[in-house]
Amino acid sequence: MKIKNKKSFLVKLITYIFLTIFTIIVIYPIIQLVSISLRPGNRLLSTDLSIIPKDATFDSFIKLFTERPFLKWIVNSLYVSFVVTISGVILAALAGYAMSRFNFFGKKIALLSLLTTQMFPATMLLLPMYIMLVNLGLINSYLGIVIVYSATALPFCIWQMKGYYDTIPTTLEEAALIDGASNFYAFYKIILPLAAPALVITALFSFMTAWSEYVVAAQILQDTDLWTLPLGLKSFEDNMTSEWGLYAAASLIVSIPVVILFLVLSKWLVSGLTLGSVKG
Amino acid sequence: MISEKLKKNIFIYLLLTPAFIVLIGVVFYPFIYNIVISFSNMNLRHIKDWQIIGFRQYYKVFFESSQPDFYVIFIKTIIWTVVNVFFHVTIGVALALILNQKIKGRSIYRMLLILPWAIPQYVVALTWRGMFSYEYGAINLIIQKYLNLPGVEWLKNPTEAFLACILTNVWLGFPFMMVIALGGLQSIPNELYEAADIDGAKWWQKVKNITLPLLKPVMIPAITLGIVWTFNNLNIVWLVSNGGEPSDQTHILVSFVYKAAFNLYRYGYAAALSVVIFIILLLFSLKFMNKTKVTEKIY
Repeated sequence: MKIKNKKSFLVKLITYIFLTIFTIIVIYPIIQLVSISLRPGNRLLSTDLSIIPKDATFDSFIKLFTERPFLKWIVNSLYVSFVVTISGVILAALAGYAMSRFNFFGKKIALLSLLTTQMFPATMLLLPMYIMLVNLGLINSYLGIVIVYSATALPFCIWQMKGYYDTIPTTLEEAALIDGASNFYAFYKIILPLAAPALVITALFSFMTAWSEYVVAAQILQDTDLWTLPLGLKSFEDNMTSEWGLYAAASLIVSIPVVILFLVLSKWLVSGLTLGSVKG
Repeated sequence: MISEKLKKNIFIYLLLTPAFIVLIGVVFYPFIYNIVISFSNMNLRHIKDWQIIGFRQYYKVFFESSQPDFYVIFIKTIIWTVVNVFFHVTIGVALALILNQKIKGRSIYRMLLILPWAIPQYVVALTWRGMFSYEYGAINLIIQKYLNLPGVEWLKNPTEAFLACILTNVWLGFPFMMVIALGGLQSIPNELYEAADIDGAKWWQKVKNITLPLLKPVMIPAITLGIVWTFNNLNIVWLVSNGGEPSDQTHILVSFVYKAAFNLYRYGYAAALSVVIFIILLLFSLKFMNKTKVTEKIY
């Protein structure tokens, strides 16, 4: 008995050490950002490792809004992200339902092709679309970037919505149809409300795609007036010696809302992802 | 009078048409166009007056002595993928096993450990790039202050720069696997463990005979997806190494194509290389999925 206790204590100890080490590794870079964002401008590059620097200040945060077009980037990013999210969710909610409930010509091929798009390297669609946008004169336009983002987000969103609809029993609509409801009514009033968690997750995914995207934006939005947040932040990083504090402050502001959303929704995220990928 | 069947068909096509039109425009058409470009001599000078030149661009992909070499980058990409996914899965599953037990502060640990997945990727990449800086980066400062070792030139040497990318991506990727594994663990019925307890099974026997086999069907699709995503992860390599620095020696295939397309304007070549990457991934996924299904049958 004694030996067993000792052993389980040891296991527990190792468990906690492992957990703690990983937690530290995970939060350390974030603490770094906090610490750098609070440094005064003349001590940006210091070899100091303390978390709250001496003479900490909010200068970087204030400077972002007063001296830099940070607010504008936020507005730009919000605009692009909302357009992508709303169009993505509507299209995916409709198409996913058809994919889940009905048989139609070419359904299997359609589903497989959607999955196949996940294997495209980024340039596979970006390069032809870039050339098309150049030819259409849509470089430096939000329409251009919304199109490219939809191409990346939509297939995954449809697949995910389909996976979730699959888990809702068909008996629900059948009952409604027997009662004389139309197909649309059964979908809109009965199934769609039940699919709310999936809609939320799909929205989160599309939003994050647009909100956090750098490489596409770098090619399509060359005019600084149109820049979204990632382009702005990268420009701070390019001048690391003088603008590292701005970068840190900006990246905290950019990350905190999505992190909170993500944590709140993470419970549904798990079920959405596992269902979406296991079923099919 | 419209028949029920026709009504239903109209409904189906109304649901599908909007997404279908958009997908044709933004996925299917560009995909075909990309294949056309890959057979052409399109580049910055021939952007309008390009011609079809057959397989020459594909020939260049495999046989042109480019700097850096295609095969070297290909091997690097495989190393990148295998190392990353290996650590994502082992760390992820290990943490999930721990978090699935009754542990004090479980939900707080879970919340903190998800953070790397929640933060936008480009922020992760740029922040780690800062931390890898030679003089002022936190990593070298820790190495020097606490381990009393000389600092490492993370971003100036090819091997170290590649290692820096991998470290960043490992940090970023394990929460996904952890979350998937946690979901899988929670779906394993408790009775199995109780039965095993009655038979006097040790904890590692339970892990080996109950947990891992039942976790497998959940993890296989996630791992496949993880491999494809890692293989194609442009963000981390591009941003941590600042576009392949030093002197284009830190590339995986996707970052190399991106460079060819948008810094060197070799459109035809980049399109051909994109197709090659896509085919590699497609063949791999088909094979991998098949193989894992086969092994499942053996079980």
